[in-house]
Amino acid sequence: MSVFIDKNTKLVIQGITGRDGSFHAKQMMEYGTQVVAGVTPGKGGQKFEGTVPIFNTVMDAVAATGANTSVIYVPPPFAADAIMEAAAAGIALVICITEGVPVLDMTKVYPFVKEQGVRLIGPNCPGLITPGASKVGIIPGRICTPGPVGVVSRSGTLTYEVVYQLTSAGIGQTTCVGIGGDPINGTNFIDCLAAFEQDPKTMVIAMMGEIGGTDEQEAADFVKHQMKKPVVGFIAGQTAPPGRRMGHAGAIISGSSGTAAEKLEAFEAAGMGIARRPKDFVELIRERLG
Amino acid sequence: MNLHEYQAKDILRGYGVNIPPGRIATTPSEAEAIALEYGAAVMVKAQVHVGGRGKAGGVKFCKTPADAKEKATAILGMDIKGLTVEKVLVTVAADIGSEAYVGIIVDRATKKPVFMVSAAGGIDIEQVAAETPEKILYVPVDPRYGLPSYDALRMGFFLFADVKLARGAGKIMQQLYAAFMASGCSLAEINPLVVTPTGELVAVDGKMVIDDNELDRLPAIAALRDESSEEPSEVDARNANLTFIKLDGDVGCVVNGAGLAMATMDLVKYYGGEPANFLDIGGSSNPEKVVNALRIITADANVKVILFNIFGGITRTDDVANGIVTATRANPLTVPLVIRLTGTNEELAMKILTENGFSASSDMDEAVQKAVALATGGKSA
Repeated sequence: MSVFIDKNTKLVIQGITGRDGSFHAKQMMEYGTQVVAGVTPGKGGQKFEGTVPIFNTVMDAVAATGANTSVIYVPPPFAADAIMEAAAAGIALVICITEGVPVLDMTKVYPFVKEQGVRLIGPNCPGLITPGASKVGIIPGRICTPGPVGVVSRSGTLTYEVVYQLTSAGIGQTTCVGIGGDPINGTNFIDCLAAFEQDPKTMVIAMMGEIGGTDEQEAADFVKHQMKKPVVGFIAGQTAPPGRRMGHAGAIISGSSGTAAEKLEAFEAAGMGIARRPKDFVELIRERLG
Repeated sequence: MNLHEYQAKDILRGYGVNIPPGRIATTPSEAEAIALEYGAAVMVKAQVHVGGRGKAGGVKFCKTPADAKEKATAILGMDIKGLTVEKVLVTVAADIGSEAYVGIIVDRATKKPVFMVSAAGGIDIEQVAAETPEKILYVPVDPRYGLPSYDALRMGFFLFADVKLARGAGKIMQQLYAAFMASGCSLAEINPLVVTPTGELVAVDGKMVIDDNELDRLPAIAALRDESSEEPSEVDARNANLTFIKLDGDVGCVVNGAGLAMATMDLVKYYGGEPANFLDIGGSSNPEKVVNALRIITADANVKVILFNIFGGITRTDDVANGIVTATRANPLTVPLVIRLTGTNEELAMKILTENGFSASSDMDEAVQKAVALATGGKSA
């Protein structure tokens, strides 16, 4: 089992002929993801790599191929529209990799996808991977291996670091989800924790948060009251100065709120394991796997 | 990106907000001339990107043009929290009856623009929120429909019992909302919104913070950036497409990815060191980025060691290795270099580095400990 994606995921790639889209389309196909369609307006009727049909619109792609999941690699000014296009075409799961989407665009997109009952992951995220079954996004496949740990994170390369250390220690993953570093994203920690709690194969969850906002504090509260499975947490940005955006648009301490200290306190209060360093995940998770 | 008060006021004036006339002066004589032209008492206000200008002595009331000249002499060149005052706003002083607060932020919890209004204006809204939260009314707006008149009027009545003032305030909220959306703001506020003794509503101070992601599609707003008010190394980094934030420590950090960059800084601290910066070279493996990163970091005289932490996913580690070789050949380093890289094309990268006399580790903790030991002369770690 896994969460959000598996062998039945039928993927359409929006922006399949672009620089990033085409590179990662090949990577996903090599990994074994069922890539059933691509969308690039004006290139409908052509084929990507001689095999994947390209359509002008997501609606056409869904009608012809039955795609149920979409991944978006279009440039930031068009990303919000691409998300709404996928949702309106009946796609159930939309993953937006694009970084730099204006936050005011997201204030309009978020209620739209919610009303359509669509799950959006991202924007500004690395996507997700169910090792051995399917990968949607840009997480390198070879650092993952199947196993009992659910991984959820606001970051990209930090996730790779932790997953790589787990895999090197012989600890595999059910699904790794990068929810993205923007202030408004479609899927939050709680959505992922709830899915992992329901997933019979997931035994322990590794959660990597950052400074900024209150998502981690709310997640800790959820762990405390709604979960039976153990969760190990980490917060990046303990040395970050207040008021500065640390790369990710959402990673900013506003006034005195959103600090690493207050998030770690919430983890502690929820009885979660706390990784002080990325490498601490290995031992803390090993202990909890028994 | 932060706008100066005078820039925010220019934008708000364009949306119809009633703001006293004001202009920028960079010399005391200019300040005097502007005050003379207005023929009224003026405020001389330092234009710097920090809070607490008033407390620092950067905002002064001036009765006469000569007074304005004298106060401008004192304020121009003044140092406020590490920033030098290069210009002052000279603006007609308003008679103050009462002061209110009106602001909009993009709220992460409701995922909407949210108005915050309070009759307790003139002070920091965070202080009001902490001490007397009942004095703030929060009103979320669905941006697909805009600010409905009834919500604007409801906020107006929260501030003023008088219907004329309530309607006037509601109109200002519509104007502020229009400016907020069109300028790509993550925050816009009028504080204080003043009621004069004659019952007129006047915006006496304004603030706007722009979402950096909006700047590409809003060239007129992007052009308002004032590089003279920023850390020069950060301006340099931005022009080289790097995300860089200068800190006070001595371990220079070059990392790919924001989360890993923060985690690397934290690990430096964990092992007893102090990071000199946050630097994310991003996902691209363009060797030019490495060259620029090294140039910017080595310009900081505090830096005693440079630490690379690269996890190759999209980034090819051999490209980073080539960048390191190219950069150090052109400008030999005077401080030691500690390199950690792993991931895509790791073996090739290690070969390139070894052939050029560098050593590298594939373990993050090992590399950070080594860098900290070099920076502290072996006293920590």
